[in-house]
Amino acid sequence: MAAKSGTKRTARVGLRATHSLGGDVMNVLVLLLVGFIMVIPLVYVVCNAFKPLDEIYKYPPDIIVRNPTTGNFKDLVVLLSDSWVPFSRYLFNTIFITVAGIAGQLVFASMAAYVLEKRVFPGRDGFFKLVRTTLLFTTAVTQIPTFIIMTKLGWVDTYWAIIIPAWGGSMGVYLMKQFMSSIPDSLLEAAKIDGSSEMRTFWTIVMPNVKPAWLTLIIFQIQALWTATGGVYIFSEQKKTLSYAMSQVMLGGISRAGAGAAVTLVMLVVPIGVFILSQSQILQTMASSGMKD
Amino acid sequence: MAQTPDLSRKKDFRYTMKQIRNNWSAYAFLLPFAICFVLFILSPVLISIYFSFTYFNILQPAQFVGFQNYINLFLNDDIFLTAIKNTLIIAIICGPLGYLMCFFFAWMINELKPWLRAIMVVVFYAPSLSGAAYTIFTIIFAGDSYGWLNANLMNLGLLDSPIQWLTDTKYMLTVVIIVQLWMSLGAGFLSFVAGFQVLDKSHYEAGYIDGIHNRWQELWFITLPGMRPQLMFGAVMTITSTFSVGDITVQLCGNPSTDYAAHTILNHLSDYGTVRFDMGYACGIATVLFLSMFLLNELIQRILSKVGR
Repeated sequence: MAAKSGTKRTARVGLRATHSLGGDVMNVLVLLLVGFIMVIPLVYVVCNAFKPLDEIYKYPPDIIVRNPTTGNFKDLVVLLSDSWVPFSRYLFNTIFITVAGIAGQLVFASMAAYVLEKRVFPGRDGFFKLVRTTLLFTTAVTQIPTFIIMTKLGWVDTYWAIIIPAWGGSMGVYLMKQFMSSIPDSLLEAAKIDGSSEMRTFWTIVMPNVKPAWLTLIIFQIQALWTATGGVYIFSEQKKTLSYAMSQVMLGGISRAGAGAAVTLVMLVVPIGVFILSQSQILQTMASSGMKD
Repeated sequence: MAQTPDLSRKKDFRYTMKQIRNNWSAYAFLLPFAICFVLFILSPVLISIYFSFTYFNILQPAQFVGFQNYINLFLNDDIFLTAIKNTLIIAIICGPLGYLMCFFFAWMINELKPWLRAIMVVVFYAPSLSGAAYTIFTIIFAGDSYGWLNANLMNLGLLDSPIQWLTDTKYMLTVVIIVQLWMSLGAGFLSFVAGFQVLDKSHYEAGYIDGIHNRWQELWFITLPGMRPQLMFGAVMTITSTFSVGDITVQLCGNPSTDYAAHTILNHLSDYGTVRFDMGYACGIATVLFLSMFLLNELIQRILSKVGR
């Protein structure tokens, strides 16, 4: 404890030495200005969702809402309950894809990361290098060749076409492996000496120790899956996602602009909410995200 | 003499086999991920190389056509050349600029008090996190006088008539670049923010003794070398996002956009893959994209590994 406060004090002396007050003030001012610019479009999204139709089409347009109403959300519910496929079905599809995608990736990526980080075996380094290289290729870039594979497997128009590729995503394994380097080897060896099997060690020691990394994997998967439209893979209306339904609502033009704004907000709230709740754990994981050569 | 390497190779082989047998549990742990990874992440890249040498429309078996797809792409397809040009313009501007934004905003945010830092991280990261929220820019840049930008410029007397931001070829790419930059503070940014927080503080103290006396010297001599691993990760993330710009152009400028002025390689890929079902040709486009991303990444990683050495 004493040592900790000691380093803190010297650090502060150091900061005083290199950080002029004017620089500090400039720093905050620039950040506030840029932050303001970054956040305006999102404020616009939030406000639009609560605007009555005459405010959405006001001239000149205002970002801030004057007479907030929940009418758009009611419209959205009416609109989607009238549709041939009920809104709840789109919602279910998206939640199912997101949850299944996350669950599978968490388990598979952690298992793989564990042996890639803590065991030595032939082929390990080569395999990890491949994983690292494929960080470059997102599902958007690989969608056409993936589509060919899906047709061969007969998985087109099933949820699996979206879920299983998520289980093989390289980002999860990469971040998890980097984070696991912080688990001391002695802890694992002690478990081994106590006669714990590899599976038991994994579930009772490794997994609880990497909880911050779970949240990081979850946030990256939510980014990808919560907004997945199903794209080229899914064409049955009952299997389409919320994000797809949203794009249909937004195509509805002026009469549906309110409902469109409401649905945009719904799509936005979930990933940002999850991030706000788990920020400190995510940053803890990302601290080890660097590439060691 | 000639026998020795042969013998040792045999020994090596036997040793490797033994290692594999002894570590069967490690392979078992790796297997579930490895299957999904090889099938859906790795093999798409390999498969696209294979099909790029064929004519393939999914219904009939693929026919080998040699380099015909590539010849058509580079010699007979003006729209592809436009797509390459647009993608490169986006990448050359959004790549370095987005990367610098990630780094400098993370650096500046790191100097804040913890509560303010937490708020600022959310503010800067939210755009890349918010999925399709960027569609708000279709309202901001709408071409009629109800568009936010047009209305405000006209109110200020700077414009007489609305500008077609999203359909006038003069402005389309600029708008796409602005939106892409707005969303560029993604995983790389988080990596930088986190990296700054765990930098070894003792290096700074040693630096002060060595006579470092402002925050810029501190950045150049201490922070940058210490951040090399994060810098390399951030570079990969930046390449990934700038070369896969596609949804933004479709949502903002339509598909196809006016005169293909915002057409990217990814748009061209979707066009041939999902509309025309000319899979061989689409795979040729994908292969060009993979190869250029891969080579660029190799180059940048090589440069970054020299930072501070």
